[in-house]
Amino acid sequence: MSEDIIKVEGLTKIFNHSLVAVNHISFSVKQGEIFGFLGPNGAGKTTTINMLITILKPTEGRATILGSDIANQSNEVRESIGLVPQEYTADDDLTGYENILLCADLYGIPRSTSKKRAIELLQLVELTEFKDKKVQTYSGGMRRRLELACGLINRPKVLFLDEPTLGLDVQTRTATWNYIKTLKNEYGMTLFMTTHYLEEADSLCDRIAIIDHGKIVVIGTPTELKDSLGGDIITLSIKKDIDISELIKKLQHVKEVKKEGGSYMIKSEVGEITAPLIIEALRKEGHVVTKLSLTKPTLNEVYLQYTGKSMRDAADESREAGMAQRMMIRRAGH
Amino acid sequence: MTKTNGNSKNKLHGIWALTNRELKKWYKAPAVFILTLIQPVIWLGLLGNALNLGSLVGSSSFTLPQPLVTSLQLTPTQVGGLQGFFAGIGDSILQSTFGTTSYISFMAVGMIAFTALFTTMFSGMSVVWDRRLGFLNKVLSTPVSRGVIILSKVFSATLRSMFQASIILIIAIPLGFKVGAAFTPLSILGIYAFLFLICVGLSSLFIAINIRSTRIETPMAVMNLLNLPLTFASSAFFPIDRMPQWLQAVANVNPLSYTINGMRQLLIDDTINYSALSMQYAYVGIFAAVLTTIGIVLSWRYLNK
Repeated sequence: MSEDIIKVEGLTKIFNHSLVAVNHISFSVKQGEIFGFLGPNGAGKTTTINMLITILKPTEGRATILGSDIANQSNEVRESIGLVPQEYTADDDLTGYENILLCADLYGIPRSTSKKRAIELLQLVELTEFKDKKVQTYSGGMRRRLELACGLINRPKVLFLDEPTLGLDVQTRTATWNYIKTLKNEYGMTLFMTTHYLEEADSLCDRIAIIDHGKIVVIGTPTELKDSLGGDIITLSIKKDIDISELIKKLQHVKEVKKEGGSYMIKSEVGEITAPLIIEALRKEGHVVTKLSLTKPTLNEVYLQYTGKSMRDAADESREAGMAQRMMIRRAGH
Repeated sequence: MTKTNGNSKNKLHGIWALTNRELKKWYKAPAVFILTLIQPVIWLGLLGNALNLGSLVGSSSFTLPQPLVTSLQLTPTQVGGLQGFFAGIGDSILQSTFGTTSYISFMAVGMIAFTALFTTMFSGMSVVWDRRLGFLNKVLSTPVSRGVIILSKVFSATLRSMFQASIILIIAIPLGFKVGAAFTPLSILGIYAFLFLICVGLSSLFIAINIRSTRIETPMAVMNLLNLPLTFASSAFFPIDRMPQWLQAVANVNPLSYTINGMRQLLIDDTINYSALSMQYAYVGIFAAVLTTIGIVLSWRYLNK
């Protein structure tokens, strides 16, 4: 984990000379990493991804993928990346197998090679038995897997995933992520993804960048981000109405104690160690604990802290957008 | 690590894959294809026959009123001669107006151009669909040349139009279509050359118009705006010199008129005016070259934004 696969320096995109969609962002993604890009709708996620996959030209700044400049050496970049788009781009009227071959043709992969790879990829995403069925008969999860297979046909070094699990149910989402992880290990790729599902980002990503109003507000591992909030929170009530703050402050890992009405808010670096210690210490003093709860900060809190916007709202919005999109995805007769 | 892609590369890779993708949509849905043929056939069958003066005022539909025959005391030979005279009027009107005694033949050639116009308009629509469905973005992230993306649309629309035009001509034969005396098998090649040029020009135009659009309403509006004026302000259904002055002015610059007149010379005229024919090829050729250049330059610029 050393080499920087993606290097972004001061990347900026201004639309129509006035709308700043991405504002001087800089970051790098290391070899073999899963890098998550989070942010509210309109924060600049898609614009960033579109610049990195060379379909939008940056207004300012530069970025390189495997050393090739996205603006001046876009063909080299295109050769080495794969894309799993948000939409279902596979053609309804063609079979899964034909769709993969079409993707292969776009990379100029000779038929002898692409046929072999297509069979192999269909097996990996477990679509072999449906390979000669038209895509219009596929379920959402199957379509998503087909998109994954298409994105991998050129054996990319970097795979871009734009909301890969949008609009899928929980089982399908979990299954999709298992495929993605398998594929990543199989091909030793670096992944760059955007998602609206914070739990997913938490459990999958090696590092996360949160972007808002076109700027990266925070970047780090999920643990680092959660730790930056100041640790776990223990809420506690006791029977007697006396101040025990001083007693608790002496305990291991405790960072802060606040008395709010009848209960205490305790911030601890390691909540699960502190909590039994508190109970122990209070019992020695003869106090009776009536209530105790332990909350670990989640990415939700991190997200809220940095964007001031609840991700749940954002996720709902985008789910609606996803629905609308899927409704019109079934192409009219023409 | 994965091995590097040992892909054979040339500038045009992917062009057949993308063209074939469009064509597959079309030939894999024969029902839709038949539907697209119904309209031109109805036009031909109804309007072509309704306006066919030769049959309206023909010897079979025209008999001298019996009272007239008795009061003038005409002999059967005289009746026959008169009837023949009146029947000939229809044909001679047709001949002087349309240059042929068969209106259906005149109109069938117009219908071919009409079909070309329609099919190429749909190519503009498919660009918008590809954008909305995310397919365009996906293709743009691959090493396919930007020009190839446009060219594949142009070619698929052109191939479709040429095929549909052939079908229409074949259907027109049982409806009464007759080739002119100047027709040779070589004329068919000439017709395809005309169709190729006009389709390449028109589809480049419609793709350039729609390349920036994300709304499906845009190509619809463009189609509604241009469809009828382009068709009627051309020689598709009626000769230009019978039109009012202002319409003549439009029809005389409409590339469809040149295509249609050229194709009529090749298909239904009894003599071919070669200097006029080369003028018509030149006009349509320049139209195609200019619009394709504009279309590709615009699309290129937009796709590289």
